[in-house]
Amino acid sequence: MALLDKHKFIERNATLLLVGSLLVVAVGGIVEIVPLFYLENTIEKVEGMRPYSPLELAGRNIYIREGCYVCHSQMIRPFRDEVERYGHYSLAAESMYDHPFQWGSKRTGPDLARVGDRYSNDWHVQHLTEPRSVVPESVMPSYSFLKETPLQVRNVGMELVANRRVGVPYSDEMVEFAAADIAAQADPNADTSGVEGRYPKAKIGDFDGNPAALTEMDALVAYLQMLGTLVDFSTYDDAAGYR
Amino acid sequence: MSNMNYTIETVALAVGAFLALLGVAFAQDSQFAAHMWVLFFALFAGAVLLVRRANFAPASPAQKALRQSEYFDEVVKYGVIATVFWGVVGFLVGVVVALQLAFPDLNIEPYLNFGRTRPLHTSAVIFAFGGNALIATSFYVVQRTSRARLFGGNLGWFVFWGYQLFILMAATGYLLGITQSREYAEPEWYVDIWLTLVWVAYLVVFLGTILRRKEPHIYVANWFYLAFIVTIAMLHVVNNLAIPVSFLGVKSYSAFSGVQDALTQWWYGHNAVGFFLTAGFLGMMYYFIPKQVNRPVYSYRLSIIHFWALIFMYIWAGPHHLHYTALPDWAQTLGMVFSIMLWMPSWGGMINGLMTLSGAWDKIRTDPIVRMMVIAVAFYGMATFEGPMMSVKAVNSLSHYTDWTIGHVHSGALGWNGMITFGAIYFLVPKLWNRNRLYSLQLVNWHFWLATLGIVVYAAVMWVAGVQQGLMWREYDDQGFLVYSFAESVAAMFPYYVLRAVGGGMFLLGALIMAYNVTMTILGYERRENVPGATPAAALQPAE
Repeated sequence: MALLDKHKFIERNATLLLVGSLLVVAVGGIVEIVPLFYLENTIEKVEGMRPYSPLELAGRNIYIREGCYVCHSQMIRPFRDEVERYGHYSLAAESMYDHPFQWGSKRTGPDLARVGDRYSNDWHVQHLTEPRSVVPESVMPSYSFLKETPLQVRNVGMELVANRRVGVPYSDEMVEFAAADIAAQADPNADTSGVEGRYPKAKIGDFDGNPAALTEMDALVAYLQMLGTLVDFSTYDDAAGYR
Repeated sequence: MSNMNYTIETVALAVGAFLALLGVAFAQDSQFAAHMWVLFFALFAGAVLLVRRANFAPASPAQKALRQSEYFDEVVKYGVIATVFWGVVGFLVGVVVALQLAFPDLNIEPYLNFGRTRPLHTSAVIFAFGGNALIATSFYVVQRTSRARLFGGNLGWFVFWGYQLFILMAATGYLLGITQSREYAEPEWYVDIWLTLVWVAYLVVFLGTILRRKEPHIYVANWFYLAFIVTIAMLHVVNNLAIPVSFLGVKSYSAFSGVQDALTQWWYGHNAVGFFLTAGFLGMMYYFIPKQVNRPVYSYRLSIIHFWALIFMYIWAGPHHLHYTALPDWAQTLGMVFSIMLWMPSWGGMINGLMTLSGAWDKIRTDPIVRMMVIAVAFYGMATFEGPMMSVKAVNSLSHYTDWTIGHVHSGALGWNGMITFGAIYFLVPKLWNRNRLYSLQLVNWHFWLATLGIVVYAAVMWVAGVQQGLMWREYDDQGFLVYSFAESVAAMFPYYVLRAVGGGMFLLGALIMAYNVTMTILGYERRENVPGATPAAALQPAE
């Protein structure tokens, strides 16, 4: 084949081989990923999505730190059994403020995309502390140290600012009150009108059963309790959202 | 080596250690402080070691000239030892995490919980074991096939030690809970930047050696190594784009979110498989199999087609990790189509590797090293058939999220990457250390059978486990109710998880035998044994 004989030209020239390889491997990503940034129907139109409250964001960072995504997905597929087990299938819009995404790839444990409001705070604390005391079959590790570990975020506002730099619409007001909001959301005695106004549907109250301290357990449970609860599915049109 | 003075390197290490100490002092969070302590001790130890090796006698011009004329194999030797060491570590952690899934009480919170040890296992095997194997073999192969000394002088050492530092920082980071949660790209922003520097140096060394070659043609193995280095650079940089909260803290937020982030990550993730674990290892196949069987590569034309088709198509396959998710359907379909097409170039490579044995098939019987390489290519063929099959959406609807995927990955990683690396190590060690032969070929045979049986147990168990999981999740009764709770599907996995650990344990045992065999070879021992394939020993031996 004459064409293959011409290959001698490339394999005698390292620069050509290098540039040629780079061009060839660049194509797939450009065609598949780039359109996701500008095709308008990539993310469905929904009502209810908002950025994470500072406490939820801190909880989410603990979720990431502990590698929860290694065993738990947050992506319900549109199958009868999954929808029945976990709730409405997941929408792209529901992770639009997730930097990074937490869809997961393995279900050693169940999907958590809509675990919010499914169990009580007490159940979560008990389950995270001693998983087999509430689910005997569970193989989950214990996370009892979260209850003992004070939640330490050096500068809450900076976390929000970093998110804003990657596109999450945190307002100046949200950044300004970030430190106050993170404390207020887990304090049953605080004035919570501010945090509730800035973060609609935020769960308020003492999460870890210890009102005296703001712990990592508070943050993680606050995050778990809001998962999948934001989008208002009564106003969502499945057919229009399909793409 | 002995009378080289690494003055600049020593100063750089000392300055680096001092900066790490400043990092401790001004850290924004406790994780960063702990991680900077690790960095400080590593750099400080490096600086002390270099100072202790300093030699103030000037090197004679003759010695310098000699050094420039021979192959730079010292760094390859270090790479081979590192490969064996990290292999044993990675497999050991694998057995531990497998047991954690069967017996959850083995989790020790917080540092040794499964969520932190699992990335330790995957990174140890892929990047520490596989990465060192790739760097060491590529440095060996590119020098021989170019008939030129490694380019860049001590840059080769920088690549080796810089990469070990990356491994150390990544591994300790996982246990401290420092992670981006991007699978197979977990290290945080500052470790990513470090790896980028090391990787650019790697490209310079490798490409520079090719550019100073004394052969007109660039050998096919080097096409694959080069494509692997370049593509990994592209994937690594794009996938790790992130904004750090503070330059003195661990946390960063990914530049992308949700659906775009997911596809970027799996574009990376699948091509960590496609380029790190496939293209680079095909480079190994294209050098070590022809060398060990003493035959030329089966088909030059097939090499060309298979190379360009493989690197073009692999990149598109990422979306098959996101079937039926919120990723738009068009992207899923595109990913599925390319994944199925990918079967062809993959098997083109397998055929080219296997058929290189034409006329030398008897060596599978007589040479356990050839046997190891051949089973590697056979596992490559099996895994690259199974992969396209699992990327079909209907199959994926059952297999996704289950242990079937874990089984698939391991038939590729243990069978293909593991076995071809073991073959290359057994080839390299006697040559690098000037020994007549390995300490023991019978131990190679033991390693071969333990590893092969271990993989078969592992993969078979995970198939059954995965299919059962998938079926239990979707099982309905006559009244239209789901039959099983999720917890019941977890309980059903127990026997499989135990058996999986047994399979992994056999594989680990094989690797330990290799470590012993390699150590004894390096130390200069030869075990008295009948060497398979050698001329049959005389029936009678004189008494001693």
